[in-house]
Parts: sequence; structure tokens; C-alpha cells
Amino acid sequence: MRRASWFNIGSLALGLAFLYLPIVILVIYSFNASRLVTVWGGWSIRWYSELIDDRAMLESAWVTLRIAFLSASAATVLGTLAALALVRFGRFRGRVLFSGMIYAPLVMPEVITGLALLLLFVAIDIDRGFWTIAIAHTTLITCFVTVVVQSRLLTFDTTLEEAAMNLGCPPVKTFLTVTLPLIAPALVSGWMLAFTLSLDDLVVASFTTGPGATTLPIRIYSEVRLGVKPEINAVCTILIALVAIGIASASLLAKFHHGGRGAMAGLAGR
Amino acid sequence: MSKLEAQRSWGERLILLVPYLWLAAFFLVPFLIVLKISLSHTAVAQPPYTPVFDVAAGWSGVIRALSTLSLENYALLGSDSLYLASYIKSLEIAAGSTLLLLLIGFPIAYGMARAPRRWQPVVFVLVVLPFWTSFLIRIYAWINILQRDGLLNQLLLALRIVDEPPAWLSTDTAVYIGIVYSYLPFMVLPIYATLEKMDETLLEAAADLGCPNWKAFWLVTLPLSRPGMVAGALLCFIPIVGEFVIPDLLGSSQTMMIGQTLWAEFFANRDWPVASAVAVVLLCLLVVPIVIYEQVQTRDLARGG
Repeated sequence: MRRASWFNIGSLALGLAFLYLPIVILVIYSFNASRLVTVWGGWSIRWYSELIDDRAMLESAWVTLRIAFLSASAATVLGTLAALALVRFGRFRGRVLFSGMIYAPLVMPEVITGLALLLLFVAIDIDRGFWTIAIAHTTLITCFVTVVVQSRLLTFDTTLEEAAMNLGCPPVKTFLTVTLPLIAPALVSGWMLAFTLSLDDLVVASFTTGPGATTLPIRIYSEVRLGVKPEINAVCTILIALVAIGIASASLLAKFHHGGRGAMAGLAGR
Repeated sequence: MSKLEAQRSWGERLILLVPYLWLAAFFLVPFLIVLKISLSHTAVAQPPYTPVFDVAAGWSGVIRALSTLSLENYALLGSDSLYLASYIKSLEIAAGSTLLLLLIGFPIAYGMARAPRRWQPVVFVLVVLPFWTSFLIRIYAWINILQRDGLLNQLLLALRIVDEPPAWLSTDTAVYIGIVYSYLPFMVLPIYATLEKMDETLLEAAADLGCPNWKAFWLVTLPLSRPGMVAGALLCFIPIVGEFVIPDLLGSSQTMMIGQTLWAEFFANRDWPVASAVAVVLLCLLVVPIVIYEQVQTRDLARGG
């Protein structure tokens, strides 16, 4: 009994308009020829061509991408191991602490996590910069991967593994040839989610950064504080386009594998 | 699948140990350091606090470190009304915006859950998609709209609703808009998840027994969607209390939220011990909702959610 009432359609339409309108406006204004961000001066790609010459911005983008790639990959390994432990191991000593450490970063205010990690890095006296941000991001985003992979493992048919082992397949080989391919879509969506989160992060990166490691969010933030600039509109539009392409390819992937929805379910888990 | 601990192979131990040690080293230990530094003295040095552990000194070093602990930073938090105002402001904004998010998020989730089946995946992706774009960009997009000669004021002036362009930026209204906008998916998705799983025959039964639609909604749908509302509210409330970026970019500088205060203590005043004390108190405020959230999360996953 499903009737799409006017109230339902209306609330959905309003909700979606609220979600999309600001982004659409931002994208449109990135093509504004006028330097005055509030006056429309016709279409132009002027700000995009100026970006190509902005070495500092490009440098930041490169640093950010490398950090995101590294920490998403590390978080996928750690997060998958943690999910396996949580789903498969039943009770073990320290489980409460373990699941506490897994779920707490999901809601922990970033200023606290950032401050805590920085004080750790200062206490053990390592040079802050690229690597400290990567470590901090890995810690921050591991839990998201865990949630995504965990929801996949919970619906996993364990008889497949048992069958392989009954036929004499050793555990490690069973994991590599049976388990891993079956949870691979969840790993991919977990990795993508982790990558996006690392790309986005401002607060934790600001705390743990050092000389020579200015990530894109840190640079954008310092520019935004001074007011709206058309160049920033252009940077933001490029980032939005990249994310849109990523999501589109991920949903294509999800069409072939059912696990793709795990990423979306994982979002609900934040 | 539960096995006795003694029977675990080395491989299984490794699976557990690697993430366990990582999280202990980079999540748990840092909090202990924050706690420790919140109890130490501020010093004009690099790093700007008196050293904590002197590992070489062994036990006597530990005892000496313990004896230098002081509560002066906490006393400062209590004596300066700036901090108290900041905490209250944060809780106030978090509570207010969580309520707003419930009021706005529920109809959207309801509309999603009641949409025709074949539309649902599309609608779901549409609601989630903005979440994937950067947080900072989404807040920045609102600066474009809310600034004095921005689009909102241009629209209001064109429609002759106002004569003078009102200031939207640097107000609490802007902070509420920014928070509701950024956190909306976190509220909508858990509510949608419970509404989608709801057994619709219950509503048919209510209708068959002569219960009007609004009453069935009030007596059946609303109570059944409570787990989703609780999860969504916690998912929003906890991080909003410590929010930094949104009030910093959209809010006023008169009363800061606690995330801004911590940031200012740390980056502007370089008073690390006080910043740590601010963080510890904030964590104490949030520990109850965080524990409730963890229980909800564990229970949901146990149910196969």
C-alpha cells in the first residue's frame, strides 16, 4: 500500500532542494567572469585557467591526494582486520575496550582527536608534517571502514568458507580465495569513503600538520576566512566534480556487486 | 563461531592485535596524554608546558611527575565565565539544532520510505550524495549565499520583503543553517532505515480497525521509528557540541562555541595545558551520550542492521 501523497513528495522535493541548491549556486558562480562574486558578469573559465598557474594550490592538492591515498589504504587494511575480529571472534578479552575504540572516533569531536594526536606526536618528538597527518587520518577513518566491512561480513554466508576448509583448503588460502573476493566490494566502498574523508578533513590535519605539509582544506580554509573568492569557487567545483565521478563509478561497480550499498549503509553508521 | 581464547591460532591473534595496537597507540594513549597535560603547568617554552614523564628517571621520575600535577587549569576554567558561557552556548546550539534536524529530517526520511519502491535507490543516493562533497565546501557555499550582498539578500530585496539587507553572516541563525545543512544526512539516514524496515501491515490493521491516518501515524509509525530518531539525534548532537568549522566561518565572534575556544587556546594563545583541560571537560560532558551511542551501535549490528 504505497501512495505517494503530496505531503511526501513535497517534503522530499524541498529537502533535496535544500541539499542541492547551495552547491549548484557555487558551481554556477565558479564560471562567473566577474571578480565581484555577487555580480554576474557572464560565463567564463577564467578562474580555472588562473588555477593552473597557482603553484601553491597545486602543491597542496598533490600533498592531499598522497595523504588520502596512503591513509585510506592503511585504514582499509586495519579496518578490515578490526571488522573480522569483531564479527568472527565472538567474546575475547578486551572486546569492550576494542569496540569502544572502534566506534568512538565516529562521533568524537574532531578538535579533541586532533589535539590528542598532536600532543602524542609532540610527546614522542617526531617531526610533524606529511607522515603525522597520514597517521592521524588513518586513525580517524579506520572506524568507517570497519563499519562498512562489518555490515558486509554480518550477511556473509560462512558455509562457503566451511566448504573450502572441509575440502582441505588451508585457512589463509580460504581467506584469500573465498572470503576476500566476496567482501571485496565492501573493501572498495570502504576505501572510497576513507579516501573522501581524508580528502575533506580540516581540523585534524590543522593540528597534526607541520612545515611543508599544507593540505588543500587547510589552504582553502585560510583563503575562505578572508572572504569569498572566485578562485576558491573554481577549486571547490573541481573537487565536487571529482567526487561525483568517483561516486558514479562506484555505483556502476555496485550494480555488478551487491556490496556497493555497504558504503551507503556505512554512511548511516557515522 | 565463538572459540576459546586458548585455541586461537597465531594468525587470528595477529588479526586482532594489529588494529588493537594501532588504536591503542594513536587513539587511547593520546587521550591519556591530554589528561596528563591538562594537569601540568603552562610554560613559555617549546613545547609550551613543563615536561611530563622522564623515562630515564624510572619510578622516582613517575612519582616526581605525579607530585607536580595541579588542577590550576581546571580552576581557571571554573573561574573565567568565558569558558562556562562557551560550554553552555555549545550545548544550547547542539540541542537546538538537533531538534531542528529531527523536525526537518523526519519528513524527508518519511517521504523517502514512502516513495515508490523503484524510486527508492535513486532517492537514497540523492540524499547521500551531498555528504560526499567536502564539508568545508558546503559551508563555503553558504557564505556565498548569506553574505551581505549575497544571493539571499538580493532575493529578499527583489521581492521587497526587506528594505535594508539584513546581516546573516556572523549570527547564530547562520550557524544553525550551516549545522542543519551539514548534518542532515546523519539524521535522515537512521530514521529512513527504521521506517523502511517497518511492517506496513500494522498500518493496514490500524486502518481496518477504523483508526484515522494521523492517529495511526502518531500511535504506530512514530513510536516504531524511535530507535532511528535516537540514533540520528546522537549522531548529530555529539559532534555538533565540539563543532569548530561551522561556527568559525558562519558564526559571530562574540560568544564562541567550545570547539572555537579550544582552537583559540591552542593556536592563538598557545596555552596547551588549558586547551587540554577544555578538551577533558568537553569529553566528560559527552561521555554519557557517547556510551549510549556505542550501545545503540553495537545492538544494531548484533541485530544484523
